[in-house]
Amino acid sequence: MNLFLKIWRQSRKDAPGEFKEYQVRDITPDMSFLEMLDALNEDLNARGEPPVAFEHDCREGICGSCGFLINGVAHGGQRGTTVCQLSMRFFKDGDRLTLEPWRASAFPIIRDLVVDRSAFDRILQAGGFISAPTGSAPDANAILVPKEAADTAFDAAACIGCGACVAACPNAAAMLFTSAKLTHLNKLPQGQPQRDQRTLNMAAAMSREGFGSCTNHGECEAVCPKEIPIEFIGNMNRDLIRAAWKRRREPLTLSESPKDER
Amino acid sequence: MGTTMLDARIPSGPIEQKWDNCRFEMKLVNPANRRKFSIIIVGSGLAGAAAAASLGQQGYQVHCFSYHDSPRRAHSIAAQGGINAAKNYRNDGDSIYRLFYDTVKGGDFRAREANVYRLAQLSVNIIDQCVAQGVPFAREYGGLLDTRSFGGVQVSRTFYARGQTGQQLLLGAYQALEEQIAAGTVKMHSRCEMLDLVVVDGRARGIVTRNLVTGAIECHAADVVVLATGGYSNVFNLSTNAKASNCTAIWRAHRRGAFFANPCFTQIHPTCIPLTSEHQSKLTLMSESLRNDGRVWVPKKKGDQRSPNEIPEEDRDYYLERRYPSFGNLVPRDIASRAAKEICDEGRGVGSSGQGVYLDFRDAIQRMGLEVVREKYGNLFEIYEKITGEDAYKVPMRIYPAPHYTMGGLWVDYHLMSNVPGLFVGGEANFSDHGANRLGASALMQGLADGYFIIPATVPNYIAANPLAKVDTSHPAFQAVKADVEKRISTMLSINGKRSAESFLRELGKLVWDDCGMARSEQSLQHALAEIPKLRDEFWHNLRVIGTGEELNQSLEKAGRVADFFELAELLCIDALHRKESCGGHFRVEYQTPDGEARRDDENFSYCAAWEWKGEGVAPELHKEPLTFEYVHLTQRSYK
Ligand code: FES
Repeated sequence: MNLFLKIWRQSRKDAPGEFKEYQVRDITPDMSFLEMLDALNEDLNARGEPPVAFEHDCREGICGSCGFLINGVAHGGQRGTTVCQLSMRFFKDGDRLTLEPWRASAFPIIRDLVVDRSAFDRILQAGGFISAPTGSAPDANAILVPKEAADTAFDAAACIGCGACVAACPNAAAMLFTSAKLTHLNKLPQGQPQRDQRTLNMAAAMSREGFGSCTNHGECEAVCPKEIPIEFIGNMNRDLIRAAWKRRREPLTLSESPKDER
Repeated sequence: MGTTMLDARIPSGPIEQKWDNCRFEMKLVNPANRRKFSIIIVGSGLAGAAAAASLGQQGYQVHCFSYHDSPRRAHSIAAQGGINAAKNYRNDGDSIYRLFYDTVKGGDFRAREANVYRLAQLSVNIIDQCVAQGVPFAREYGGLLDTRSFGGVQVSRTFYARGQTGQQLLLGAYQALEEQIAAGTVKMHSRCEMLDLVVVDGRARGIVTRNLVTGAIECHAADVVVLATGGYSNVFNLSTNAKASNCTAIWRAHRRGAFFANPCFTQIHPTCIPLTSEHQSKLTLMSESLRNDGRVWVPKKKGDQRSPNEIPEEDRDYYLERRYPSFGNLVPRDIASRAAKEICDEGRGVGSSGQGVYLDFRDAIQRMGLEVVREKYGNLFEIYEKITGEDAYKVPMRIYPAPHYTMGGLWVDYHLMSNVPGLFVGGEANFSDHGANRLGASALMQGLADGYFIIPATVPNYIAANPLAKVDTSHPAFQAVKADVEKRISTMLSINGKRSAESFLRELGKLVWDDCGMARSEQSLQHALAEIPKLRDEFWHNLRVIGTGEELNQSLEKAGRVADFFELAELLCIDALHRKESCGGHFRVEYQTPDGEARRDDENFSYCAAWEWKGEGVAPELHKEPLTFEYVHLTQRSYK
């Protein structure tokens, strides 16, 4: 099949960007979306034009490197699928596709479809860990973890940090990302001692990094390639209230508490 | 040959006490002084992140480098199956000694006993450490840890987090690392690729890097350099490794004097999704935990065109169960891979290409129920469906072997230090513990043993024992290496030929796979050794890299990595040619038993082959580290 692509091209962070049009030919349904872009880049290279920069590494949906918008939808809109796992069998001859990078002020563009997601690392630095210096651990089976808690913690820890939730959110909020890490760590017995502090600090870091507030649109959940459920945001809000109450002070800043915008 | 004696610095005493003895003899650094010493760690996967976090906790000034945007992207994230630990929580006869024994035997007697014993000892601490960090391992209803058995062993010692154990362990190490970054003990240099090693007065004292966003070439000096940069399976182009995984850091260190050990020990993983199209950019692994419950088979008759569910029991050949009755579908990886290749070579392979065998869950679903199978393997079935469009709950999966892991790597002694003083190597990047074949669920174990426990003990000992003159980046050695790096980049940018780096790697990878893949012969290796230099020559005359060095330039990054793969490919074939025996992942067709099993030659090849770089176009020099087996008696492996 042949496809028409409109791709955001921007040579560096502060350079102006623009959409450019390309055509790709002889794409087969057994190719992945990124293999289609590989073919385009091979072509551009041969013609002496700069290839399209896009991030990718594992190409199996686990590293979280890849991600851009396809016709406005993060990762292209196949349920539970990163763009690297997206198969060309979902497209048809003559399709017109617009590819652009995540758009969020907390994720500045580096080049073409590549953005800077280091704000996520800084949210983690604020409290996304359990302090357990090497060598200090008790026997692994000394800590009992109810299966249910372990399963929920795992579901939350499945987040790959790709940033699709931010890109899909009309407010560019990082609530799904942050709440997933909080749910992972706050559910486990090992995570209890730092629970309140962790919650307050990560929430504060989120605002500091310039992510917006959550107004319950639910777009994040819809595009999350790991299908992280929005109920984790509810967990986070409850933990914030708990932490603020216990510390007798206001939550540092946060999403408004759930209210209906629609 | 073998002029330099390689001193592995194996501690004295009985094997159970070697690590304790070693630690007792180590010199310590006063906590108040640690801040004065700087350590460079290249790589942020399991070994790198764990080492950076642990050394940061001790109070050293750590600098961690990664070419990714975040340490969490490192390829350790993709490991699926699990991590071994000799906890014996199952009371099924496991012990540290048994894990040690299994690993030496599974490695086909080409690993150093003392290292492997230590690995088995530390496996126990790793699980404790990871649980304390909040790694969400699978649990039983009583809240205790669950385990399963995994390729090549008969005890249940593998801890797991669904099919995403590597992800969860890496996130644990990454979170510990981020905590140290926040505390100011570790400085993270993301999107920063190591392009060369700097050796001053015979000691590793720093690295030269390229900032991948601005293109700036920068020098970094330190007291110690640790490489934890992973393996080199991408020399085959199509492998299960992530696209960026490469050999540049270890290869550049090799060119600066570090010996490269056993490059021909590469692992071909038996359970990957078969190649489907010629545009395919990588292969996807299906965790071999699937072999616990799935049964491998092919039709008995050649060219049987019936769909698998229509083939009755009597027309199926469960060839692993037939050939290896006591281990069945759980035979080690090298054996399972080779058996699949033989079956397909006989013309009994399945799928459109004929390069595949079935992995069938029908009986498991009948026995345990669909829900249990889904609980155990759900995400793997999903991955399979995404790629192939087939529902493996209904039709058997098709699998085929693919390059997955490299046991070879930079030579290191018991302290994980290379022959270049001050250069330490951890994780897949070193050659240490797996011999000629790695057992399932051992890579995560080794990466974390190196990262959490060994390097954080041996690096301080090196610092304490070797008072070093301060060196900074104005030293002429740094400037000379920096000039080399800049020259190489400008050369690649100025060739202005016709072909992309990607296309060269595709051609090189196919050549190496065909000639030095699952089966190797004198003839195929000679062929590869004749072709590689020609192709490399073309690379340096016909490469085309668009753009400049002063910007994010992914084609330029790729070109540098491909250039190093060319050199490594040649050493890989030289090593494979010299090792006139079959062992583990290295199968020489000339050396097999009458029933087609690998035939080792302990008399002549019971050593580790450590190669020294002698310059471009000059044959490398071989150094041998003899291997002695005092505890595990050399036997022909039998899984029958
Ligand atoms: S490339 Fe790793 S998730 Fe897409």
